[in-house]
Amino acid sequence: MTTQVTIAVRNVVKAFGAGDAAVRALDDVSLDIRKGEFFTLLGPSGCGKTTLLRLIAGFEMPTEGQILLDGTDISALPPNKRPVNTVFQSYALFPHLTVAQNIGFGLQMQGRPAAEVDATTKRMLALVKLDALATRKTSQLSGGQQQRVALARALAPQPKVLLLDEPLSALDLKLRKEMQIELKRLQTETGITFVFVTHDQEEALTMSDRIGVMSHGKLQQTGTPREIYTTPVNRFVASFIGETNFLPGTTVPGGVRIGSGAVVETATSRPGDVTVAIRPEQVRIVAASDPGAIPATITNLVYFGTDTHFHLALADGTEVVSRLQSGTDEARLTPGTAVGLRFAPGAAQVLED
Amino acid sequence: MSAAEDALRKRSDRNGWLLSAPALILLLFAASGPLLIVLVYSFLTPGQFGNVVWDFNLDGWRGILFTRDIFEGTLVLADAHLTIFWRSVWLSILTTVITFAVGFPTAWFIATRPPKQRAMWLFLITIPFWTNLLIRTFAINEVIRNEGLLNTLLIWIGVIDTPIQIVYTDAAVLIGMTYVYLPLMVLPLFAAIDRFDMRLLEAGYDLYASRLQVLRRIILPIVKPGIVAGSILVFVPSLGAYVTPRVLGGGKNMMIGNFIELQFTQGRNWPLGAALSMTLLVIVMIALLIYVRAANRGDNPHG
Repeated sequence: MTTQVTIAVRNVVKAFGAGDAAVRALDDVSLDIRKGEFFTLLGPSGCGKTTLLRLIAGFEMPTEGQILLDGTDISALPPNKRPVNTVFQSYALFPHLTVAQNIGFGLQMQGRPAAEVDATTKRMLALVKLDALATRKTSQLSGGQQQRVALARALAPQPKVLLLDEPLSALDLKLRKEMQIELKRLQTETGITFVFVTHDQEEALTMSDRIGVMSHGKLQQTGTPREIYTTPVNRFVASFIGETNFLPGTTVPGGVRIGSGAVVETATSRPGDVTVAIRPEQVRIVAASDPGAIPATITNLVYFGTDTHFHLALADGTEVVSRLQSGTDEARLTPGTAVGLRFAPGAAQVLED
Repeated sequence: MSAAEDALRKRSDRNGWLLSAPALILLLFAASGPLLIVLVYSFLTPGQFGNVVWDFNLDGWRGILFTRDIFEGTLVLADAHLTIFWRSVWLSILTTVITFAVGFPTAWFIATRPPKQRAMWLFLITIPFWTNLLIRTFAINEVIRNEGLLNTLLIWIGVIDTPIQIVYTDAAVLIGMTYVYLPLMVLPLFAAIDRFDMRLLEAGYDLYASRLQVLRRIILPIVKPGIVAGSILVFVPSLGAYVTPRVLGGGKNMMIGNFIELQFTQGRNWPLGAALSMTLLVIVMIALLIYVRAANRGDNPHG
């Protein structure tokens, strides 16, 4: 499959401060963002994801490295010379302008003819369903409406890339869910490359074509939501996205011997002391007598409605969580019961630490 | 509304009036009273040794624009008066423009300092208020006079051979007024810029605006209330300035304030002074109306 790269980040380092006090917000990050995709930068606060977004927007200059847009180095261009627009976390709508004037601002600054500005503004208003509010001041709008204006304003000049800096974080849960669907629709309809920054793993998994997981100024892993979830490359990615059981052990032929003495079959392998990661929903509870099952004892169970989480202890005390669909088994599986554990084939991952 | 609620509302209304009564009485006597007296005096006849004679006529008002020819007794247009009016308005406009040009970057600088430093900078701005206006004006005089600091320095480094005549010119009055009224421009501008959301700058640059466009299309419209307030605070007292033109402008570069004073002292023409005072009031009001209307224009192009 050939894919066109829109944004190429090449060995970018961004340091704040000088000398010994310098802090590396970004540490040798390289990344390709493909044309027309919904790419999410995911990570905890302070991981450098917003800094990377600001570098792409042009608000910051890289200390080292390059940022290419369609193959051209744009690292030195100021924000107003880059065909890239941003939806700000605070929205940053112009309070002295109406909704329509806000949306038309970018086009006006580009020097487009008035007729075109009006026509595009009308189209954008329709796209974000704000036709009725065109002449309102932005302070008279609700949070969700302001969000739509911010989106329409950034989309109006038809940028090559739309950058979104945690745009949904100020909205309440219900509105956030609606806007997630709305964003995805806008991205599909406009075909513009979206680079979305969030610390919310669920948001990242549901909306993105691909995700870049960041931590401590480094890109930890890039891949589709499924790849990131099922085959995390390291402990950070595995623990940041979803819940995971970590089982320390040593590599033996055919798998990893974990602390309790049992051998876990793994899809991948690396020599020496390793950690096996297994998602709770991939841990199945079977009878203690089941041959090949790992012996365990139920210590606790937590009922979540559709799911029930079983907390189990292995022979050496290692804690493992199993997530099962709630059903009739609970009566049998009470705390203190001795059971066996089986891991779904190919689900156990060996992590680099 | 029940009878009890009604009674409560009436009582709170009455208490409101009672509480504001001292302020209202003070305003009535201290502001409106003298103004009324000045208005009445402007229609009276000048007394021989100052004061007024209770004899109604319009000579005071006529004297604003016309003067009676000493030999022929006919009315001729008083060029000198018009020059004074024009100098007052023009110097006040210039003062406002210059204090804005100097004050805006200053206010921006202060507003963009870390919060802890801001208080210190604002404190420095207000230091001139600690000293009497007259003393500050003489200090300016000391700097710009022919044997003063500036000319001595310029001659010493060899830029000029003979002192530049600054003092007793309009330029001296302008320098003095700019210095005196600058804080009145900086403080409201600072208040407006301090409220300005700096993140809007990034939004502007992101949407293809150049630095100049960000200034013109985003910053200036949003801090406009501060610009209007600062301009009024500078323009109005400039127009009525008395001490600065008196000390730095010498006898011949009078402004309206000095001209009015002249009528009440050597001129012994209180009605003319009173009429001039009322004229100053009217000029200020007209100027404010024009200014506020111009400032509001373009606020709501779509209604």
